[in-house]
Amino acid sequence: MSRPAQRGMSGRAKAALALIALMALVPPLAALAGDPFLTVVASRMAVFAIAALSLDLILGFGALVSFGHAAYLGLGAYAVAVCARHGITDLFVQIAAGAAASALFALVSGAISLRTRGIYFIMITLAFGQMAYFFFVSLSAYGGDDGTTLAARSTVFGRPLLENDTVFFYVVLACLATAFGLLHRLAGSRFGRALAGTRESELRMQAIGFRPFRYRLAAYVISGMICSVAGVLLANQTEYVSPAYMAWTRSGELIVMLLLGGIGTLAGAMAGALATVALEELLAGWSEHWRLGFGLILLGVVLWSPAGLTGLIRRLLPEEGR
Amino acid sequence: MTALLEARGLCKAYGALSVTDDLSMQVAAGELHAVIGPNGAGKTTLIAQLSGQLAPDRGSIRFGGRDVTRLDMPARLRLGLARSFQITTLMPAMTALENVALAVQGRSGSSFRFWRPVAAERALNEAAMACLEEVGMAGRAGRPAGAMSHGEKRQLELAVALACEPRLLLLDEPLAGTGPQEAEVLVALLARLKGRITMLLIEHDMEAVFALADRVSVLVYGRILASGAPEAIRQDPKVRAAYLGEEAG
Repeated sequence: MSRPAQRGMSGRAKAALALIALMALVPPLAALAGDPFLTVVASRMAVFAIAALSLDLILGFGALVSFGHAAYLGLGAYAVAVCARHGITDLFVQIAAGAAASALFALVSGAISLRTRGIYFIMITLAFGQMAYFFFVSLSAYGGDDGTTLAARSTVFGRPLLENDTVFFYVVLACLATAFGLLHRLAGSRFGRALAGTRESELRMQAIGFRPFRYRLAAYVISGMICSVAGVLLANQTEYVSPAYMAWTRSGELIVMLLLGGIGTLAGAMAGALATVALEELLAGWSEHWRLGFGLILLGVVLWSPAGLTGLIRRLLPEEGR
Repeated sequence: MTALLEARGLCKAYGALSVTDDLSMQVAAGELHAVIGPNGAGKTTLIAQLSGQLAPDRGSIRFGGRDVTRLDMPARLRLGLARSFQITTLMPAMTALENVALAVQGRSGSSFRFWRPVAAERALNEAAMACLEEVGMAGRAGRPAGAMSHGEKRQLELAVALACEPRLLLLDEPLAGTGPQEAEVLVALLARLKGRITMLLIEHDMEAVFALADRVSVLVYGRILASGAPEAIRQDPKVRAAYLGEEAG
């Protein structure tokens, strides 16, 4: 039996860990280069990598194209704002609050949207995302459309550790590593195999005794909860919370990250998020019309390497296989 | 003989087209019961209703003494009623072993386990391997189902069905699209399973049907035209007129 999981860690998992290890080198390198802004950019990369990873669980492993995933970024971000307003600044409490709110939202919206397939599923998730968006637009206590500025970053054990950009970066990176570890284990578990089965053949799954809806809904809830952690971190990074975090264009960007990196591979989700944020920074420095250039690059990747960056790398390194 | 599976007065219509028309039939425990009939006779629709994929408009289905008419596929499977598919619905990206192990997983323990690697679960892999051996596919365990020949896919399809540990297996044209050699392998396999597992076999290959079946029912326009021992069916003038005429000649 030649089975990747029994041969130890797969090439993809190694690639993902290598990526995380490389990112850990950014703060010292930024210090050497005398450009602390690099650490800030790396934090943003890691935050979006968490969000993209969470989307990969439902889109990549479950083949459920959710077009409302940014709602969970927003719910996490507003958990910070709402908690802070009520004097709760502890990061862990805020994460728990964001995850709880996201679990509830995912449970209700998933129970409805997962009864549909294809374009209908995309439209219903979009509709739920927009509902969340307009709910916070109309929430004038938190600035409505304009959003609200945070007085300070969250505290850890009562201490303002996150105010230091380097410490903050490593906290985000630790969250990213944890999210990757959890999702990697999940993908290889009984649940992960059942979820992959629902992606490949719903009818077959029923014929061998599974009810696909349950597995999809569970994945949908887990995905939303993980994404909300990215939202908590995003709010801390920008020290600002607004409904723009949950705009439908943001949901589209998360899908683009997966396309760019390679769908259903976890490592691809991370690479796609990193590349997207990097391109955004680079191209935006050249021209305000950077999206045009980004569009061309995306077009090129989709046309020449449908498996995204991971597919491209795999083709260059045939030995590594999977 | 006691009936393990019994359909009574089944009706299913799509608009004005009656696909299953007041159909009643029994499958006795231990037998291999073949259902033959011309194209469009409603054979696959019958399997769909018996397996729980499709709800009949009227009528009832009893399995093992229980009314299962309102149970869905997973619930009927739990009682021991499994099926195979005519059009292959295997998981193309999964290996043969993973395809079968997933079916074993479906009947053994919860699948809401998120941490332990499923690929390292020995009980699952051993049970799956046994099913692959049973159909002569042990040497292909590590191959993705999508990369297999048509005949291999048909064998794997049977391995997946066996992994469900059925009391009764509904086989929807297991020989469909196979060449003579592939068909020979599959017929030998079904002959081995006969007696151990009760089977309802839908098949176009008359040679296979008359070689394997204990009893044959002829389905025409959604009704059972005749039912009996293979020889009796072969001689039945009604059957010959309606269907067998050209083929059994």
